[in-house]
Amino acid sequence: MNRIDKTLSGDQKILSIYFSAGHPELEDTVPIIKSLQDAGVDMVEIGLPFSDPLADGPTIQESASRALRNGMTTQKLFDQLQNIRDSIHIPLVLMGYFNPMMQYGIERFCQQCAHIGIDGLIIPDLPIDLYQERYCALLEQYHLYNMFLITPQTSAERIRYIDQVCNGFIYMVSSASVTGAKNTFGNAQESYFKRIRDMKLNTPQLVGFGISNAATYTMATQYSRGAIIGSAFIKFLESEGVNKISNFIKDIR
Amino acid sequence: MKYQVDEKGFYGDFGGAYIPEMLYPNLEELRKNYIQISSSEEFQKEFNYLLKAYVGRPTPLYYAERLSEKYEIKIYLKREDLCHTGAHKVNNTIGQILMAKRLGKNRIIAETGAGQHGVATATVCALMGIECIVYMGALDIKRQAPNVARMKMLGAEVRAAKSGSKTLKDATNEAIRDWINNPVDTHYIIGSVVGPHPYPDMVARFQSVISAETQTQLMEQEGRDYPDHVIACVGGGSNAAGLYYHFLEDPRVNIIAVEAAGKGIDSGASAATSALGKEGIIHGSKTLLMQTPDGQITEPYSISAGLDYPGVGPLHAHLYRSKRAEFISIPDQEAMDWGLTLSQMEGIIPAIETAHAFAILDVRKFLCDEIIVFNCSGRGDKDLDTYIDYFKL
Repeated sequence: MNRIDKTLSGDQKILSIYFSAGHPELEDTVPIIKSLQDAGVDMVEIGLPFSDPLADGPTIQESASRALRNGMTTQKLFDQLQNIRDSIHIPLVLMGYFNPMMQYGIERFCQQCAHIGIDGLIIPDLPIDLYQERYCALLEQYHLYNMFLITPQTSAERIRYIDQVCNGFIYMVSSASVTGAKNTFGNAQESYFKRIRDMKLNTPQLVGFGISNAATYTMATQYSRGAIIGSAFIKFLESEGVNKISNFIKDIR
Repeated sequence: MKYQVDEKGFYGDFGGAYIPEMLYPNLEELRKNYIQISSSEEFQKEFNYLLKAYVGRPTPLYYAERLSEKYEIKIYLKREDLCHTGAHKVNNTIGQILMAKRLGKNRIIAETGAGQHGVATATVCALMGIECIVYMGALDIKRQAPNVARMKMLGAEVRAAKSGSKTLKDATNEAIRDWINNPVDTHYIIGSVVGPHPYPDMVARFQSVISAETQTQLMEQEGRDYPDHVIACVGGGSNAAGLYYHFLEDPRVNIIAVEAAGKGIDSGASAATSALGKEGIIHGSKTLLMQTPDGQITEPYSISAGLDYPGVGPLHAHLYRSKRAEFISIPDQEAMDWGLTLSQMEGIIPAIETAHAFAILDVRKFLCDEIIVFNCSGRGDKDLDTYIDYFKL
């Protein structure tokens, strides 16, 4: 059973954390994952840095740029993660833009992920139709899940289609925006969360974008299986450092 | 029709729409409607009226007598430099603003590098009374102060792109992010034949007026409606797409694309994407792209701000790979020299982008009396400071 399914099959709400691999320092990747697991985080999304991250706001873009300046590459990340399954049992998802994966070679990329024990991928700029047509078979061959995004503008018909194709979880983007913390959710978000909940989809949903504190986490998880925090965590890492990760998690839940 | 976009938005191996889900509804709306809207009689009537009365079309097809004599070929210049705002860019912005109106959008965003597309967008927004926001790299804002002032004078807001390398590709990223944040009321006017489907095809269609007029004008002047060669500079490739469009499927017409070699292809400071690029994804399109072996997009260089895009439109990537077009690259120095040559032999001061195209007269041989059409895509007013610095004028 894929670790993602196993984690999502429990009763507790899921907290998933995103960070850019190789930021703040090149060799922080593995210590961050360990600290997150120790702090009780349910899943980690490891960001593969890209020079031109279209769906991301300034916080994630700057962390990715810094990681690249630190010398992070796709191969370097795989090297860092080589023995990660000796100590990490929670699901690990790689999130990255498609171009670096293409340059590495999609099959070789999938092989490496499978070898290391990565459970799934999130590729924001690989749309579902192209995935279905060209890459689905390959990911399935390597037992990698591929998670898709939906937004408040996604039509019900398309959400049903995504629900059919998507494994693991649906990444529910909280509002029409790029990543980066807003501090409150209003009525628009609440009615969108309710609308999706009432669709009774087969694939569980995790809410992301704009989750930055206990209030937004609690609100999002009222209507979904869990929530994903990225920018707020990256900002915390920059100001407080890797050693204090457990404080950040305690403040969320 | 080997060189037209297919149903899924691809030109051979290139193109498509590699976009985040947040952009899907906007692009889907555009994809479903752009052909129907732009080919409607009512749209065509307004588009053609504005091209004539406002832009000043048809632009002349000028027989360059002195140049022709010197090279012993028949050289024609398609005078896009005479368009309102000084370049072909306005053909596309007129088309897209009419499209935006019909899609019910009341806010326009655009990216710009040197500022030409930004000015052309600000112009049509002023014409239509629509709010206009132009994203421009923070570095480019410093380098292109006169165009920033023109945009402001036309009522546009110029927003600095401060991320990444602070140039055109980052301005494009910021415009795309704005569109993600404002999915309902906003139309994004992309300035070249780049970006996700249907942009490359839509922009090429709006620019195709260039080759449509060329056919008619050649018939009048030469008694045949096709030349032996069409030649244009290529950054993203919109002026080239416009000149090639109606000749793409005509094997009698040779297509030549001129890229900017910058300080030389192997110098590390170049924008010759066909020579230096590998297949990759930039701004939602699969194309040839300058990048590191790890897939990070690199910053190109050319003395001409309009040619330093790290990718190239997917149509052009397809023309290159299928060998339908010849690709030649011209270094800064030769382009600058041709800026001077064209000025002094024909009395036309070209944009530096445009000057790159003419420079191939010194590097490629043509047969005697062949008919050659250059896209004289823009005028050199905007480049005066660069010319002054370079030639110590």
